[in-house]
Amino acid sequence: MFEAIDQIFVALKHWVVGQFPAAWQPLGSVFLSIIPILAVFPLLFAITTIVERKTLGRIQNRLGPNRVGPFGLLQPVADGLKSLTKEDIVPYAADQVVHFLAPIALIVPVLLAFSVLPVGRNMVPIDLDAGLLFFFAVGAGSELAVFMAGWSSRNKYSLLGAMRAIAQMVSYELPLILSSVTVVMLVGSLSTVKIVEAQGEAYGWLLKWHVFTPWGLAGFLLFMIAAAAESNRTPFDIPEGESEIIAGYLVEYSGFKFALFFLGEYLGLFAVSSLAITLFLGGWHAPFSFLEWIPSYLWFFGKLSAFIMLFIWLRGTLPRLRMDQLMNLAWKFMLPMCLINIVVAAMWHFTAHWQFVGAVLCRWLLCGAAIGVPYLWLGDALFGEKKLAKRTYRFAD
Amino acid sequence: MVTTFVILTIVTLVSAIAAMSLRNLVHCALCLVLTFAGLAAFYLQLNAQFVGFAQILVYVGAVAILIVFAMLLTRNVDSTRQAILSPSWGVGIVGALLVFGAIVLSILCSTMVHRPALSETQVTVLAIGEQLMTNYVLPLEVIALLLTAAMIGAVIIALHEPTSESSAVQNPRLEPSVPSVPNPAQVPRTDHP
Repeated sequence: MFEAIDQIFVALKHWVVGQFPAAWQPLGSVFLSIIPILAVFPLLFAITTIVERKTLGRIQNRLGPNRVGPFGLLQPVADGLKSLTKEDIVPYAADQVVHFLAPIALIVPVLLAFSVLPVGRNMVPIDLDAGLLFFFAVGAGSELAVFMAGWSSRNKYSLLGAMRAIAQMVSYELPLILSSVTVVMLVGSLSTVKIVEAQGEAYGWLLKWHVFTPWGLAGFLLFMIAAAAESNRTPFDIPEGESEIIAGYLVEYSGFKFALFFLGEYLGLFAVSSLAITLFLGGWHAPFSFLEWIPSYLWFFGKLSAFIMLFIWLRGTLPRLRMDQLMNLAWKFMLPMCLINIVVAAMWHFTAHWQFVGAVLCRWLLCGAAIGVPYLWLGDALFGEKKLAKRTYRFAD
Repeated sequence: MVTTFVILTIVTLVSAIAAMSLRNLVHCALCLVLTFAGLAAFYLQLNAQFVGFAQILVYVGAVAILIVFAMLLTRNVDSTRQAILSPSWGVGIVGALLVFGAIVLSILCSTMVHRPALSETQVTVLAIGEQLMTNYVLPLEVIALLLTAAMIGAVIIALHEPTSESSAVQNPRLEPSVPSVPNPAQVPRTDHP
């Protein structure tokens, strides 16, 4: 019974594919894998916009959108209609072709990235042997799209915005990849399906999620910081920075192209959060073995919603980093910590055969010290001499 | 299979030709990226997933960004006044033909053409990794050392120049007599008591 509910979408797809004539079945199968991605995640984007505006309103002690529909719930529909019907203004001096292609070049790779993410048991569009590499490879294309948008607008502000966005994305891509290398080392596969399967074994009643190990915990935190920076979320939203520095590479875009940039940004956030879930939080597995009867896709989307709420909460709470702080954090702190974390993952792997009493505690202490001591030392060396005191201003008081 | 090959060939070749002949440098760079992507698609068509994705990650992700950054940081990006064909194009074509002939000759003479065709297998990333860590560990380490040396060299080049006083003495084109605005980085900050 529970299994039938868990596999209902897979069975539905098989049934629909079975209705096609035999020659059309491969094509039909491909379409039925693509359509859910195109339907679910943009819909999630629409829901996220209203949830984000409502939550930010709550954090900032105001109401948020409340005019369109009951409690303002139809606001995304109104926003979508508005951006569809708005005039699409292309600057006179702009490079027409590149200006047109940039939003497309941004949105296509992001949608491709979803094709290797398992959203439930047996629910992955393609199970590539090098799935994780595929995810990062298509993600690399988005930097070029940002450059295309910034350069083709022929506006110095959008070009500068593109440069700072690319600098940030290149810097944080390194910690993002290096922190997921640990998972690949321990699982021994780049396939996202295998990575999720490896976290399915139970350890008593607790499942073996990677986040429940010292390297996994550290890797997860590093991955989340890098993910926030990759998807331009606060506190790393310098690429947009609409309140202090004008909105960056997308200033010259209007109408639906502007909406496409935001769609791409949010879809990127969903993709990278889904990857964090896949790598460290057990994918579609339940945390406890006695909760496995809840359908796998509900677990996945529940975790994804929790991530979205976390990012909204961070946006409402944290101030924006300065450019030099951003770069210092990436190169002087995140990168060494990621490299150390790889060594810690190797330590965890090579102490796996310890059998004596309290071996797990010993491994935890050893690996925890190996990651914790460098953390304290590095943090003290980088940020230690700054005295935190009440700030007084010479000129503006 | 053949259709895919033809389409990929056309895309790759046309974008490569465009990368050579377009007037605008940034357009050339973008066409070059398309060529890189076309090459990656060839690898993927030959069932070499790892090489194909690594090609996209490295060339489309990193090398292309490097190229456009280098272009934007140098001056006169938009100078489109030179002729497309340089006057020495005849010599260039002869050189290109010679190089092409040399490559074809070496391929024909090598033992590679006499090898039996491999059966179509899907090489896993695991197998590639094992080979890299056992049979080919020395080339891997040598390349790693080379890249590390290159990176250290780049860091040394990009290190802070000596302060403005000493550089002004070294560089006669700067006029040290002009009282300049104090560099904000050298003024002691008093924001934090």
